[in-house]
Amino acid sequence: MRLLTHNMLASNIKGVTNGFPLRIEVEKAIEKQVDFNPEFLKNMFTKIHWKALVDASRIMGFAELPEEADSSMLESDDFLRNFHHALLELHLEEGALVCPETGRRFPVNKGIPNMLLHEDEV
Amino acid sequence: MSSRPELQAPPEIFYDDAEARKYTSSSRIIQIQGKLTKRALELLALPDDGVPKLLLDIGCGSGLSGEKLSKKGHQWIGLDISQSMLDVALEREVEGDLLLGDMGQGLGLRDGVIDGAISISAVQWLCNADKSSHEPRLRLKAFFGSLYRCLSRGARAVFQVYPENIDQRVLILNYAMRSGFSGGVVVDFPHSSKKRKEYLVLTCGPPSINTSVPEGKGEDEESCSDDETSGDEERQTVSISDRHRPRKKQKTNRGKGREWILKKKEQMRRKGNVVPPDTKYTARKRKARF
Repeated sequence: MRLLTHNMLASNIKGVTNGFPLRIEVEKAIEKQVDFNPEFLKNMFTKIHWKALVDASRIMGFAELPEEADSSMLESDDFLRNFHHALLELHLEEGALVCPETGRRFPVNKGIPNMLLHEDEV
Repeated sequence: MSSRPELQAPPEIFYDDAEARKYTSSSRIIQIQGKLTKRALELLALPDDGVPKLLLDIGCGSGLSGEKLSKKGHQWIGLDISQSMLDVALEREVEGDLLLGDMGQGLGLRDGVIDGAISISAVQWLCNADKSSHEPRLRLKAFFGSLYRCLSRGARAVFQVYPENIDQRVLILNYAMRSGFSGGVVVDFPHSSKKRKEYLVLTCGPPSINTSVPEGKGEDEESCSDDETSGDEERQTVSISDRHRPRKKQKTNRGKGREWILKKKEQMRRKGNVVPPDTKYTARKRKARF
């Protein structure tokens, strides 16, 4: 699972008002090469929750992203490369996602988070 | 027994390892899924500006539809309830991210971040109650409600569905409308029982010019001609003469008559052709025993 998906995912357990961002527990992280596409990054930038992405990338062991970012930084190639790497190339292979409110663990196996809810959570 | 998979077992059980295997080995399934995805993408009508979009594939299964999205350069997130199907997707090394989840429990996604959603042959599963806790209406509501929230304004969602009957179609469409979507059903090849495919085309936001539902394929005769097999046969007219008509009436317009033949012979003569002379035998009917 890429951090792009992590940045979109929220816990939707019944009664949870703010299920974002899910905390990451890393057991195994891998990197996969993805083609660099600045257009996509610029399009996504407005939709990304920046703080969540920075925190997530730090946990995954990548600390190159600045704490704050605004759209003027999209002109810089270095910034875009780092953004690209954090968003699309870091994969959480094994571990878990934890709901910030309830502490419910969603296990991640082979890169696929299991988001199935129990009957009493719907 | 019905051949509808929806009536046989819940999706997470029906799509077991054996069933999932078909989605890598059967070229027929691959071809059909590919065609459906292509058409769904067409109906999704993403702006043609070369910017890759973030799409959602609901019921992505083994990622056959996702591959088409990747081919167009889009990033996608796939959701499916069957672990076996997702394992196949992993084997195929699809480019999108996969989630194990149940669409009937609502999509756990942030608001307004997705640029479009497609779903191939999946949404009709919501109409079934496979567990005692399942209530189709609530599940449809949860699904469409959460989908509406996670799509950005003006984004489209295209679902290819196989509703079992009219009631199911109305039910699905009803809940989509209640969640705030506008749009409707596009039916391709409505007159063919096999080629007939239904697409739910939904637009996020209030109705406007952009939200009008595109036309289905094969609805009128013109667009029918793109399937070569049936085109020619259908155009031929078949005349059926009524066997109870009086005999004399049927005879009246047989042959062109003496005057017509004389006229034609005159025409030929003027052209310089060798034409037999006009006699009392001209244009007379031959005897039956000739």
